[in-house]
Order: sequence, then structure tokens, then C-alpha cells
Amino acid sequence: MRYDRFDMSTKSTAAEGTRASVEPGTLAILCVLAWAVPGAAHLWLGRTQKGLVFLVALTAMFAIGLMLHGQIFPFELSDPLVALAAVADFGLGGPWLAARAMGAGAGQVTASTWEYGNTFLIVAGLLNSLVILDAFDIAMGRK
Amino acid sequence: MMVLFAFLVSTVFAVLMRDDVRSQVRTGAWMFAAFVATGFVLGWLMYPLPL
Repeated sequence: MRYDRFDMSTKSTAAEGTRASVEPGTLAILCVLAWAVPGAAHLWLGRTQKGLVFLVALTAMFAIGLMLHGQIFPFELSDPLVALAAVADFGLGGPWLAARAMGAGAGQVTASTWEYGNTFLIVAGLLNSLVILDAFDIAMGRK
Repeated sequence: MMVLFAFLVSTVFAVLMRDDVRSQVRTGAWMFAAFVATGFVLGWLMYPLPL
């Protein structure tokens, strides 16, 4: 059963002005979980099919990006485009942390696939940010 | 590579946007076709441009 863990009305809509009674702490945990493991929040909320698709697709995109010698960009504020790419990369939390811990994602600028790898990594992070917002909306009873 | 990228991105978008499997498949297929078609069109449009 969906929303078992959250005492909320599944029939209410945002348009009616009702809000789900979700504890702020639970929401924060949910968002951190969604950030750390792509699709995990959807799995927790009972959206198994969506959660599995996000888990497989986003993890695959991140892995492909690394295999293509893509770079996980540093938070370099002196170079705004690099900083923006770093923020996008950061959207995929768990794999980002794992790659940083293992020393992966250094990137190989001379590789012909470097730009392709960066694109996969950046888009994976941005898509996971959308997945986090989707999980938040579901928990709030808006979807 | 472009096709793989289009497939993964359209899959995630379709699952985000739609709730039932049938519409997810339809939306994903349309989005995938649009990604690939746009890639080819832009590729040909940029063909005369010097590197």
C-alpha cells in the first residue's frame, strides 16, 4: 500500500489547498535518500516500477559517463561553467561519493569520448535532481 | 552513443511524466524518436560549418 509510512490523504490535491501531514524530518530523510540512491525514495513510497527504472537508468548513465573518461568536475568558483557542471554532477549523490572515494572521474581530456562522458555524467545528475523533486511531490500528496 | 543517450534520457523523462505503463511507453517512444531525429537534422545542418 502506498503512503503507509506517511499519514496523509492520497485524494487531496494541491489545488484544493490541502497539504499532506508529512513530518519535515521524514521529508528531509526522503530527499537525502533520493539524492544518495537514485529511485530509492520512489521504492520507499511504493512506486516500485518508477524506482527501479530510475535506479537502473541513472546508475547506468553515470557508469557509462565514467567509462567514456568523463570528468567529475570540482567546485571551481573561479570558472563558472566548471562550477555549474560540478553542481550538476553533485545531483547524483551516492555514485558521486563512491566515484570520488575510489578516485574515479578524474577525466581524460585527450580522450575523444571526454565530452560524451561529461554529458552523460552531467545529465544523470540533473535528471536525479528532477527525480528528487518528483519524490518530494509524491510525499507531499501532490501527485 | 547518441542513440544510447537518447534512450536513457527519454526513458527517465517518460517515467517521470506519466504514471501508467502504456502512456510511459508511448511518451518514451515519441521522445526517443524526436531526440534521434533532431540529432540527425542538427548534424546535417552543421555539416557545412568549418570546425
